[in-house]
Amino acid sequence: MTKSPFVVLDGIAKRWNGQLGVEGISLDIPEGSFTALLGPSGCGKSTTLRLLAGLELPDEGQIFIDGKDVTTSAASDRNLSMVFQSYALFPHLSVAENVVFGLKVRRVPKKERQEKLHRALEITGLLGYENRKPGELSGGQRQRVALARAIVAGQRLCLMDEPLSNLDAKLRNSVRKDIKKLQRDLGITVVYVTHDQTEAMSMADTVVLMKDGHIQQVGTPENLYNSPNNTFVAEFVGAPPMALIGTDALSGFEQGKTIGVRAENIQIVPKGEGRMSCTVNESEFLGSETLIGLDHANAAGLCVLKPGLSMMPEGDQIDITFNDEHLHVFDAAGQRLAG
Amino acid sequence: MSAHANLERRRQAIYGWLLLSPAAVLLTVFAFYPSIATLWSSTFSRGTRRKPTEFVGIENYKDLFADPIFWQVVKNNLFYAGITIPVSIGIALAMALWANSKISARGFVRTAYFTPTVLPMIAAANLWLFFYTPGLGVLDQIGSVFGLPSVNWLGQPETALWAIIIVTIWKEAGFFMIFYLAALQTIPEDLKEAADIEGTSRWTYTRRIVLPLLMPTTLFIAVNAMINSVKLIDHLFILTKGGPSDASKLILYYIWEMAFAFFDAPHAAAMTILVIAVLGLVAAVQFFYLDKRTHYQ
Repeated sequence: MTKSPFVVLDGIAKRWNGQLGVEGISLDIPEGSFTALLGPSGCGKSTTLRLLAGLELPDEGQIFIDGKDVTTSAASDRNLSMVFQSYALFPHLSVAENVVFGLKVRRVPKKERQEKLHRALEITGLLGYENRKPGELSGGQRQRVALARAIVAGQRLCLMDEPLSNLDAKLRNSVRKDIKKLQRDLGITVVYVTHDQTEAMSMADTVVLMKDGHIQQVGTPENLYNSPNNTFVAEFVGAPPMALIGTDALSGFEQGKTIGVRAENIQIVPKGEGRMSCTVNESEFLGSETLIGLDHANAAGLCVLKPGLSMMPEGDQIDITFNDEHLHVFDAAGQRLAG
Repeated sequence: MSAHANLERRRQAIYGWLLLSPAAVLLTVFAFYPSIATLWSSTFSRGTRRKPTEFVGIENYKDLFADPIFWQVVKNNLFYAGITIPVSIGIALAMALWANSKISARGFVRTAYFTPTVLPMIAAANLWLFFYTPGLGVLDQIGSVFGLPSVNWLGQPETALWAIIIVTIWKEAGFFMIFYLAALQTIPEDLKEAADIEGTSRWTYTRRIVLPLLMPTTLFIAVNAMINSVKLIDHLFILTKGGPSDASKLILYYIWEMAFAFFDAPHAAAMTILVIAVLGLVAAVQFFYLDKRTHYQ
């Protein structure tokens, strides 16, 4: 018999007063993996995490953690830790008291508590801040206190709800690496909620992309980028997102389909030699390259990358081309067609 | 320093004084001057037609300390404060925690608790008079159903002060609850969730997280309750008039009696000064001692 996955969500549904929360969520999460729940706001990713944490109870379906049915268990019986978006630090307690709060509640002996505290603060680089109150710390330090509190108990499953959204961009980058390293070093299973695809793509082993309470695609970051299940995934993943072109505008394609193509696979060609003719609507200098946005009546999100600084005047007519091997084909409903 | 900077500094100073002056004028006319005038008049004897007022120093205070009724009133007031302050704070906290939880008819519960506060004390006292009246009163009517004898709650020394205390608590608790409710709303929901995940019981959460975070409010309420325990005496006029045999007489009522029933202004002034001194001292202790142990967000 093969070992069943560490965390299993089976047909989970949660509705709020008849309104849709999440529907038909089924997910297997192997032990020691990093899973990101990704999607726009209101897609149900946080609800899924809260269901997993036991902060909400599902209307349908079952949840298993480590082979145990925990569908209706209290949050504290699920042996997991959680990092909140707001960090949820207790403002009147010092860093040390915040970190050991859970251990104290579980009546862990003082000596063991001190050892675990020291180790957790060492890992998160917070030694020397034991007696500070959260109000006296910077945003990044508070974030690390929240991390320390999550790892101090040594739970094998850690849930994170947009832990980086309150940090500035530069800090976000470094903390992202810290969290990934922490997860690998400790060998814990992390389920991570984010609306930022860069975070999901760079940290996760598996990305779960959600929309309107339904899972759109589950796969590796590379899988989501290179073979999106549907047009939503295609348009959500990648910066810039995939351009979608109605086949009516192109010759040599079956009518009524949508094709997708990424900016890096589009080339500008001399007039008359391209497969499409478009109008430049904006030029955005990104540093190593320049992103040229293009308008076409039958296409959305069309753009092309040019190396270096290479602005193009707005309103210019240019021709573009692309190879068939780089194309993704979707049917009229937006589902990916084989190939 | 350059003349320019000097001018700017002076301009700022004038601006500051202008902003301060309305409050300063009002406080001077209605608080500082009366206090000092009271202190001054407390050092003069009571004038009669044959004996004009004269400076007597601390003589009025000595009289007070020798007056057994004064000590009876002080004892009453200490007892009154000792019961009403902690009990009304405790009840307010319990009501707030309940009215803040996810119960049905939450709005109704809050309104019901707050109603005593919006009633004028005189009206409330009349209401309670109807409860307490022997024979006719609601309490006696209920008691008679169970065959209990009629009790004159307001008319006997053993129960009169208790009857007054209960009215005060009933009046104050709803008011303090509003402050606690407001403070409870500022505690983020996810603190409870973070505690839940650690397996914290409701009691531990309340004791270790909620109560410490409510400390600034508790301090504020405690100061208010203390001030009220001295100044809230309207119901005495309706219910007992301080009787029977001074059993329910409180300091402020005694001051009023002294000044406007016995027309002994100097002794009333002396008593007022003593009250101000004690209140000031207690408030200072509360702020300087408890403030250090209180976490402000």
